[in-house]
This record gives sequence, structure tokens and C-alpha cells, in this order.
Amino acid sequence: MSRQSLILGVVLVCAVVGRGLKTPALQAADTVGRSLQTPAPQTPAQAELKWAGDPEGGAPFVEADPADPTKVSGFDVEIAELIARGLDRTPRFLFVPYASIDQAIERGTAEIGLSGMEDTPARRTAMATTIPYYAFREVLAVRDADAERLRTLADLKGRRVGTLGGTIAYEILRRGEQKYGLEAVSYDDDVHPYSDLLIGRLDAVVLDNVLAERRQRTMHGFTVQPQAIAYSHYVGVLASRNAAMRDAINEVLRGAMRDGTLERIFRKWNVWNDDQPALYERLLKREAIPPVAGIDETIGVAGVSRWQATLRYVPSLIRAAGVTLILSCLSMAIAVALGVLIASGRVYGTAPLRATLTGYVELMRGTPVLLQLFVIYYGLASVIKLPAFVAALVGLALNYAAYESEIYRGALEAVPLGQLEAARTLGFTERQVLRLVRGPQAFRLALPPMTNDFVALLKDSSLVSVLTVVELTKQTQIFAANLGSWVIPGSLCAAMYLLMSLPLSALARRLEERWKAPTE
Amino acid sequence: MEGADRMSETILEVRDLHLRRGERRILAGATFSVSRGGVVALMGPSGSGKTTILRAIAGLEPFHEGTIAMEGVTLRGGVRPASAALRSLRRHVGLVFQFHHLFDHLSVTRNVTLAPIHVLGVTHHDAEARALDLLRTLGVEHRASALPRELSGGEAQRVAIARALAVDPPLLMMDEPTASLDPSRRNELGELLARLSAQGRTILLSTHDEDFTERWVTRILRVNDGVVAGI
Repeated sequence: MSRQSLILGVVLVCAVVGRGLKTPALQAADTVGRSLQTPAPQTPAQAELKWAGDPEGGAPFVEADPADPTKVSGFDVEIAELIARGLDRTPRFLFVPYASIDQAIERGTAEIGLSGMEDTPARRTAMATTIPYYAFREVLAVRDADAERLRTLADLKGRRVGTLGGTIAYEILRRGEQKYGLEAVSYDDDVHPYSDLLIGRLDAVVLDNVLAERRQRTMHGFTVQPQAIAYSHYVGVLASRNAAMRDAINEVLRGAMRDGTLERIFRKWNVWNDDQPALYERLLKREAIPPVAGIDETIGVAGVSRWQATLRYVPSLIRAAGVTLILSCLSMAIAVALGVLIASGRVYGTAPLRATLTGYVELMRGTPVLLQLFVIYYGLASVIKLPAFVAALVGLALNYAAYESEIYRGALEAVPLGQLEAARTLGFTERQVLRLVRGPQAFRLALPPMTNDFVALLKDSSLVSVLTVVELTKQTQIFAANLGSWVIPGSLCAAMYLLMSLPLSALARRLEERWKAPTE
Repeated sequence: MEGADRMSETILEVRDLHLRRGERRILAGATFSVSRGGVVALMGPSGSGKTTILRAIAGLEPFHEGTIAMEGVTLRGGVRPASAALRSLRRHVGLVFQFHHLFDHLSVTRNVTLAPIHVLGVTHHDAEARALDLLRTLGVEHRASALPRELSGGEAQRVAIARALAVDPPLLMMDEPTASLDPSRRNELGELLARLSAQGRTILLSTHDEDFTERWVTRILRVNDGVVAGI
């Protein structure tokens, strides 16, 4: 159970609600979905413009009304309305998680993605991107106390610098690892980099000026350095097959640049600055605008062939697979040890101990592991600042210990009572009964479900990317974002997970076989 | 004769045993004693309390009133016995369950050697030699390396007897030992019990098999509604 499945669910729901489906049953579902999702009246003659965005990005991009998540506001919402008007269509918003917007557009769930989408070389190659409609700067934020010392990336040798994973800023930091010896830390959202900066887990944050300024309004104690690290833009993203529609949208955007509509929108959301008229002037003169400016190297792997790109990413994928494997093995080992203790306590303990342990198991099983990881890493940060890997390890181990303990408790209780009584009449102490008779048999019963859990843990470990641990799934996402395609990264990722889980299943099967034979 | 002295000695003294399960009265003042040597049978219909008496003597069944005394250890009704007292009692009494309850994960030999090694501190080597002796005596030596699930009912019973004898208890109790045996096997069992009794061991068994008791048992105790009557 993970974000991945949530994303898949959302994509599926979107697909059902979408219009590309022809069977009567699905058309019925379509009508139901529409009547639920769009209460606003609309002219039947007017076609819809389905646009995808992620309200997790929040204002000023796309923000959902807390009372009604289908109502959204933000500059991207107004730009979607502007484009729809220009195309004589009605805008309809579809929620798609930020990291999946390109894929959702490519498969036709929505026609255009608007959610502060960065103008990257990979996107320009793989998708049909609109002309940029907003220029941003990548800026460096440091704690106020460091403002004098840490002015550029070159000052950050040996220091931890956070940003959103899979973005231009993350690529800049990865280059900075080699060039300046800093350490890039990948986040899944743009809030925790700044909170971790303030509590000292990070020494700097690189994000675009819109995100940095927004955070500065609510958090205090960090300085945004005036010197920009790089320049790029927000664009609308369409599927490559929709180039004609993209061209029509470009004309709508140019019109809005000319007549001041875009300026009004951005002023309303407080993000208008002098970079915008300069960008619009060049666009209206039909100058070519490079996706990213201000850094010497090209960003991502768009310039090279897919195979070269793959070769370049394989070492980091293998490293990430190593993180996944080590994290899974260690947390499983702790979970097994804790699980044995919890199960023994629940089978042999006093009533208060049993109640406490039952409470623990229900709490851990009944709440999402993602939430538990957040609480351990971010929630407890004011009490204890665990390093990301340790927090991930503790979180997974504590969660899985609950599941393991249930397996062991069931297995302990499945050992026939008669054998325990037979052992007692032979003069064994209770401890010996557990060690020599009950435990070994329970372990054999527990092995198949344990193997099952370990394989599940191997995959659940991908959740720890929310704690800035770059494991296999996260690294694959980063690879895919930079390549503009999921085919090769996804296949490699699946192969690596299988390489890790198959030997384990084989080992478990061999153990089971061996235990079927006599031990003498 | 020295043997005669020992034969008259009381090995087990059960007094006024009361046991209830909820509203149901299982034992209502069971009283009897067993002298050393001999094969004693508790007889009675199903549900009369035979098995419960054996389990109480083995320390598996807490009872409400009465006493069970054996070889200097006394269990009292309504009192939770100390675990040391229980273990000391269990050194003197072995129990072969109706359904044997062999340790499923261990071979026949390991079933027999487990208690001598871990309870009595006998070395692996000695425990194994003794186990093989016992298995030979009981005619199941050829199944030494088999797992319990591979044994027939009669074989499992003999392994269970070997397991109980391995810790050398003066009193060996058996719950419904003839239930899973055909008539020829019953006679083999009877001969075995006679042999064990001749070696000075006391046998207390529960059964409702009249033919078997007529032929192999030296004393019968009738159990009815939780009360014992001696014959």
C-alpha cells in the first residue's frame, strides 16, 4: 500500500472519468463521474479542455478549496481558463500528482498539464511544450546566520543542500556534488527542505524564487541569496502528438502577453517581476528561448541517446538498489526481533502488558506507514533529529514489527497445546518449552508469511523517499524525469527489484523443503 | 525379600480430589492410593473423570480441593503449585497421552533424547545410546530417524512410551493406551507393561477396555461420576 498505488488509482479514476472510452458501461461511469465532479452548469455544445495539475503544489500555482477539493484557484488555474477561452472550450481540472503529470498527458488522461511545470530539455524533447509563460530563477536559501558565508554553491563543500527531487534544481545539485563536493538531498515536497534548513538538517536549499518567496512569507530565519543560480521557466505540457494544439495555445499565450492578461494574473497572485516583460518581449519577437540558462552544462540527459543516458544512470540505480536492499534487510532484522518480543509478550505476558502490546500492534497496523515515517522524521524533529536513513530504518522496522508479531503470535498459538503439555510433563521449564518445542515449530509455520512480508517490505521501502532517502524507486523517478520516458527506467527498476526478491523466495522455499525432511 | 518390602510401599496417594469446570463437577472427592509395582487401571465410562485424574497427577490440571502426594511432593487443591515443586513431581511421573503428542519437528530419536539432554543434563552421546536401547526394547528402533507424522498409531504410541521412560519416572501413566490398537497390538502392549512392572516400575492407566484389564491389569479402580472405588 503506497503512494504508487494511490497514484495508479487516481490515474485509473481519471481514465474512467475521461472521455476516450467507448463501452456503454464506461460511458455510464463517465456520466456519473462528471455529474459528481462538475456541478457547474455548462453549455453542452462547448467541448471541455481537460487540464492536469497537482493541488499539493498549493498557491500560487494550484490550490484546492479545503471545503471542496474539486474547486481550485491559482495562477495556473487562471492560465488554464485563459487557454480554454482562447480555444473556445470549458476548462475542467483533473487532479494528477506532480511527478505523474507528464505520463498522464502522454496517455491522454488530460490534454495539458499546468502546475508550475519546469521548462526542461527532457520535456522539450519528449513532449510538446508551450512557449514559457513565466520566468523563474533558481535561488539559494541559507539560514540567516550563514548569509554572509554561504553565498553560492561553491561555498557549500561538504554541506547538505536540499531541493525537490526530479527537478532542474536537483540536477544542478547533482552536478554540484561532483563540482563543489556538496551533498544533494532530494525531497518530495517544497516545505520540508526549508523546515529542515531551519532545524539544521540542511545547510542550504535550492528552489525557484516563487517557492522560496512563498515559504519566506510563512517561515522566518532563512535568507534568500540575491544571486540566481540558474534561470528557467514554467510551461504548459502537451503530448507530442498534439503539436498543432500546442501551436494554437502558444498564440493564445502570446495574445495574453500582448494585451496584459498574463500580467494581471501574475500581479493578482503577487509573483509579477521584471523578468516577465523581458521574457514576453523576446517571445513576441519570436526569439528562440533555451530551456535553462545560467549554468554551463546542459541539464539532464536530453542531448544524448537513450542508451548513453541509461549507461550514465546505471551506477546510481545500482547504488539506489543497494540502499533499498540494506534498508530492507536491516529493518526486517529489527522487525523480526521486535516481532518475536511482542508476540512472546502477547502470548506469555500479564494482562496490562498484553493490552499495551495489542494497542501498539493495532496502532501500527491501523495507520499508514507513510504517516508514521512523517511523524518519526518530521514530527519528532523538535525532540530528536534522526538522520534520514535512521528514521527510515526505525519507521519501517516499527511498522513491520507489528505485522511480524501477529504472524509469530498466530504461529505460537498454532503449535498444538498437547505438545506443550507433553513437554511440561517431561520436566521442561516454560522457557525450555518455548525454546525447544514451541519456538522451532512456530518459526517453521511463520516462514512463508515472513518471506511474503520481506518481499512486501522491499517494495514498501520506496516510501522512505519522503524522508529524502534516495532508494531504487526514487532514483528511477529521477531518471525517468530526466529522460522524459518511463520505459527504460521502469524496466530496469522492475528487473532490479526482481533480482533482489527472487533469490529470497528461492531461499525460503529451500528452507521449507529442508524442514520437511527429518532433522537427524 | 527386599522386593516385597518395596511392593507394599505407597508411591501415590490421592485424597478427596474435587475439580469443577464452571458449573460442571468433574471430580467429587476422588480418593485412592497406588503401591509401588503393578499395573493399575482406572476404569469407567467416558466423561467419568479418568483422564482428568491422570492430568491432575501430572500437574497439568489445577484442582479445587484435596491433595496429591507422591515421593515427598504434595500438590494441594486451590493452591497454585510452585514451579520447582511441579518439576520435582514430574521427575517421578511420566504421562503417555492418548494422542501421543510427539514433537512434530523432531525425529523419533530426538523426541526421546530431548528431555534427558535438557532436563537431566545427560550428554548427547549417552542420551542417544539410551534412546536407541529404549526404542529397541519397544520394537521401533527401525523408525529412529523418522518424523512423527510418518509413524503409524502403534509406532507413535511406543515412541511416546520411550520418550516418557527416557527420564526414568517410577510412575508411568498412560491415557487410554488401547484405544488406537488392534487386538494383537493390545497383547504386545500388555506384555510390555508386565515387563516394565516386573522391573519395579508402577503403571497407572485409564481405560474402558474390559478384556485388556482382565488379562493384564493387577488392580482395578472404578471411576464413576468423579468418585473412585477400589476393587
